[in-house]
Amino acid sequence: MAGDTITTRREEAETLSGLDALEIASRQKVAGGGRLLWAATWPKLAAIGLAIGIWQVVVWTGWKDPWALPGPGPVFTDLGQYLLTSAFWDGLATTARRAAVGFLAAVAFGLVLGLAVARSRILRAALGSMITALQTMPSIAWFPLAILLFQLSEQAIFFVVVLGAAPSIANGVIHGVDYVPPLLLRAGRNIGAKGLNLYWYVIAPAALPAIVAGLKQGWAFAWRSLMAGELLVVIATKTSIGAQLVYARELSEAERLIAIMIVILVLGLFVDAAFGVVDRAIRRRWGLLQSRRR
Amino acid sequence: MTSVSTAPDSATTSVALSGVSKVYGRGENAVLALDRVSLDVAPGEFVCLVGASGCGKSTLLNLVAGLDTPSGGTIRVGEDIAASGPESPGRPPASSGRLPSPGLMFQEPALFPWLTVAANVELPLKLRGLSRAERRNRVAELLDTVHLGDFGRRRPHELSGGMRQRVALARTLALDTPVLLMDEPFGALDAMTRDLLHDELERIWTERRLTVLFVTHNVREAARLADRIVLLSSRPGRIIYETRVTTPRPRRIDSAEVAAVAAEVTDRLRTEVGRHGR
Repeated sequence: MAGDTITTRREEAETLSGLDALEIASRQKVAGGGRLLWAATWPKLAAIGLAIGIWQVVVWTGWKDPWALPGPGPVFTDLGQYLLTSAFWDGLATTARRAAVGFLAAVAFGLVLGLAVARSRILRAALGSMITALQTMPSIAWFPLAILLFQLSEQAIFFVVVLGAAPSIANGVIHGVDYVPPLLLRAGRNIGAKGLNLYWYVIAPAALPAIVAGLKQGWAFAWRSLMAGELLVVIATKTSIGAQLVYARELSEAERLIAIMIVILVLGLFVDAAFGVVDRAIRRRWGLLQSRRR
Repeated sequence: MTSVSTAPDSATTSVALSGVSKVYGRGENAVLALDRVSLDVAPGEFVCLVGASGCGKSTLLNLVAGLDTPSGGTIRVGEDIAASGPESPGRPPASSGRLPSPGLMFQEPALFPWLTVAANVELPLKLRGLSRAERRNRVAELLDTVHLGDFGRRRPHELSGGMRQRVALARTLALDTPVLLMDEPFGALDAMTRDLLHDELERIWTERRLTVLFVTHNVREAARLADRIVLLSSRPGRIIYETRVTTPRPRRIDSAEVAAVAAEVTDRLRTEVGRHGR
């Protein structure tokens, strides 16, 4: 009888692992590698090439004088020179520092605000719709008040960057906490996660994708607010990227102006790509990422 | 009147429900989900709760798990057999002398998608304050128990439904509670996987001397697994019938004995459901 049971157990385990192997086989990851990277890259390169081509054709038609609209050739030559100047690196340092400080402050403020509103029914009733209202307010509309309050200063820019970004981040947190699947909450409570532990081990990680989406949107607002701020609030002693854009217009340096615009575009793309990497990493871990090729 | 206590009751009862009622809503919209349900489950007993939809089976499990509070009556989850569980010696009892709530499994695995399989099983151990080395040993042992020793580093989404449910079982076993509550845990699985998991569950139940309260609408499943089948009526949920299953184990779900028990319970269930049509 005992021998019988052992045999049955072994058979049972074998059947089980056989079934597991069958089920798992269809779920193996598809190997990616260089070809996948190229497949994702070439359409982008082609689109950039096409945009530059159209730009060149417009210049050739003579629609505008070259001092107003220079062609890609002179602009990229100037860009190469500009990247070697200390003015560019000083400006980049100023702009990057403002972006980092403003965004981090917005993150801290937005996370605390979002968590508070998500937890408290009274705060939600009071502030929930106000946060959304703030989010719809174009941040450039804050600048006249910011300049009145803080004059043409760093604080004015900081104020608007934080106000621009924090509501999106707070909304991301609120959304994330609201949409934690109730089943996961019950499971978490059942395995002994109570109070702060429930927040730390269940709610926070479950809300993470929505929080990252909020951060990404918050960054987009912070970057726009910062650029608007640097154009409006030009501080003579600090040559930010935005200030140099203003100078280029005042001095009618069209090549430099467009070169700086390209810098701003590329900076924005880099940060966006960084958020994209984080977002994809999370979704891959969660199994939410569908492979494009089936 | 209403209280949930974990005070030791008697040596013969592991879960004791006495006159438990649950009302949802208030005033005219109030719905009586459970009506004075009394049920004693002996230590080591495997009890299946069977009923048509809307009979408050899941409500009952939530109450026993402490995720919800009853509107009336008392629920006791006894301490008496806690000592026989695979506890490590020298560990202080749970804070404030209260036992952890009984482990609860759902129809969905409810695994945390951001954690690996091993980390899912480890989390309850972490929350109980076990040391890293202790946790590693226990996770390995628990994953071996459910035959998933090689899958610790996978993510839940990489596993099949049956495998995920086994991970959920391992995670629940990590609580080391003598009482296991299961809310249609195999309802979403295909028949072959379900049959295998019945064998698995029976083995683990025997090895660990667990007390199981198992909710299902599948009468055959109940006849395959249970020592005792308890039938609940619908709206409000009341216990209307009980039967002991004396068929010796191991049982097969397709055996004549199991079918005979299932047929008897099904007849009762049909009578009960028919009552609502009149």
